[in-house]
Amino acid sequence: MKVLRPASLLVLLALAVTFPLLFPNPAVEQVAVLTLMFAAAVTAWNAFSGYSGYISIGHAAYFGIGSYAVAILCQDWHVPGGWLPFLLLPLAGLIAVVFAIPMGWVALRTRRHTFVIVTIAMFFIMQLMAYNLRSVTNGSRGMSLPIPVHWSGAFYDIPFYYVGLAVLLLALLVSWWIRNSKYGLGLLAIRDDEDRARGLGVRTGPFKLTAFVTAAFFFGMVGGLHAYFVESIFPSFAFDPLNDLMVALMAFLGGLGTLAGPVLGAVILVPAQQYFTIEFGKPGFYLMIYGAMFLAIILLLPQGIIPALRARFQRSEALAGPLRGADADGAGGAALAGDGEAERGGGPA
Amino acid sequence: MSLLQATAVRKAFGGVVALDGCSITVEKGSLTGLIGPNGSGKTTLFNVMTGYEAVDDGEVAFDGKRITNAAPERVFQLGIGRTFQLTRIFPRLTVLENMHVAAQRQGLGGLFGRWSSSKEHARALELLEFVGLTRLEDVPARNLSYGQKKLLEFAYVLVAEPQVILLDEPAGGVNPTMIRYLTERIRALNELGVTFLMVEHNMEFVMGLCDRVVVMNHGVTIADGEPEAVRNDPRVLEAYLGA
Repeated sequence: MKVLRPASLLVLLALAVTFPLLFPNPAVEQVAVLTLMFAAAVTAWNAFSGYSGYISIGHAAYFGIGSYAVAILCQDWHVPGGWLPFLLLPLAGLIAVVFAIPMGWVALRTRRHTFVIVTIAMFFIMQLMAYNLRSVTNGSRGMSLPIPVHWSGAFYDIPFYYVGLAVLLLALLVSWWIRNSKYGLGLLAIRDDEDRARGLGVRTGPFKLTAFVTAAFFFGMVGGLHAYFVESIFPSFAFDPLNDLMVALMAFLGGLGTLAGPVLGAVILVPAQQYFTIEFGKPGFYLMIYGAMFLAIILLLPQGIIPALRARFQRSEALAGPLRGADADGAGGAALAGDGEAERGGGPA
Repeated sequence: MSLLQATAVRKAFGGVVALDGCSITVEKGSLTGLIGPNGSGKTTLFNVMTGYEAVDDGEVAFDGKRITNAAPERVFQLGIGRTFQLTRIFPRLTVLENMHVAAQRQGLGGLFGRWSSSKEHARALELLEFVGLTRLEDVPARNLSYGQKKLLEFAYVLVAEPQVILLDEPAGGVNPTMIRYLTERIRALNELGVTFLMVEHNMEFVMGLCDRVVVMNHGVTIADGEPEAVRNDPRVLEAYLGA
């Protein structure tokens, strides 16, 4: 927020709003819609995993639940194609929440690597259920969603674009609020030292669970939107493990725990993903490219783009003037110890 | 009047009995020192009194209420603060943010507000001033020196205005100037009515500051009294020198 001043934020927002007018090409539009959906999901994921340090590789389960929720509700309530299915998105989010509460409660009893494994396991359990609960999900034959017949050709992507943008803005608002609230400070304290946070009165259990569930709500909404966008869903695509990896990859690339990082990660990686899938899709090469990208990010930019930029920015500032507060008077007298370079993992962008 | 009390507390880790029916009483308004050889169970006693470890047997009471095996956040909210032997601050948060983690708020509404209200901010700055860290408020806590980290941990425990503070080796690895400074701060708080229980190996520090000293060995308290008396107690000499 210190780097992106309000004026430049307004310019970005104006650009996002007018994008479909500037680039009416349907192929570009389609990538833009997917980018917005992922950006919203990663932003929400980051508000849990980035702030609390609990890396979830299983939130795509709630994406799948949201997808099926919208598909099943449209089918049962005979919802016609058009604007109406968009109204079901908050409901899809809430259905994801209903699943996320007990699943999160169980998963959050573990920490670190164990937590990661538990979330992955839960994701695959949900995928298996989508395959096997045929009476509900129609199994591997999949389900169709209502088709908005009145939205033809070039207009088709426009409603999805703006609904996606609205969900993203809501996710950003929630993430921004969390980062600046007492609640968010508690999450950051959990990331740094959970037991110490408990010892200072932070109610770590409810804090972690609400953040986990909030992220699931957004995954449910985005999943529902995505299902409606692609018009049909199958267990392997609604519950796609690649979504889990891509979400984490985007957050790591942009900057884990920052506000703008996840959006930046999505803006870079979703178009890249689409391009690689089209160019190298056939023999499955694109999966290898993702693996290479993952390694490159971890090796070259372990903190992500935003924190790296911020560190550079602060370094140039530090060279211009003496580091603020470097000489403590009174007590210790010792100057900044060790890694004096101020790299702030968790600050807002 | 006793403020904090452990009665016949037992705690074993597998076959190792860390506390073997240990009892201790901390008088209200006192500066109590807790000494003993390494491995005598001092830190474990701190852990069971602050909810970080569950007791196998025995009771812990605070201000007349039973708090045996209460959760750490509850113990803290009741008014028992503690610091750790190896300081535990939040390395990636700034000094000021560290201060605000401990600032308690009532009800859900408090969580929705910004992490720093003007009143809390003033209080945090006041306490940073008290420990001499004011100018470092925007520095990530991991960049502080070891002594400064100890002061920060001390300061943020004070945010919640605890009635009793448990200090685990406050003077360990800290230079003499800092030790004098810390002694002064502890005295100042004690005059305001804060009770202290501190584990410390620096005898000069303990004997100079504390009005009462408790000695532990093999998981039980073996002596208890004024610093002079304890210093000359043959059981204490035996525990330390193994005579």
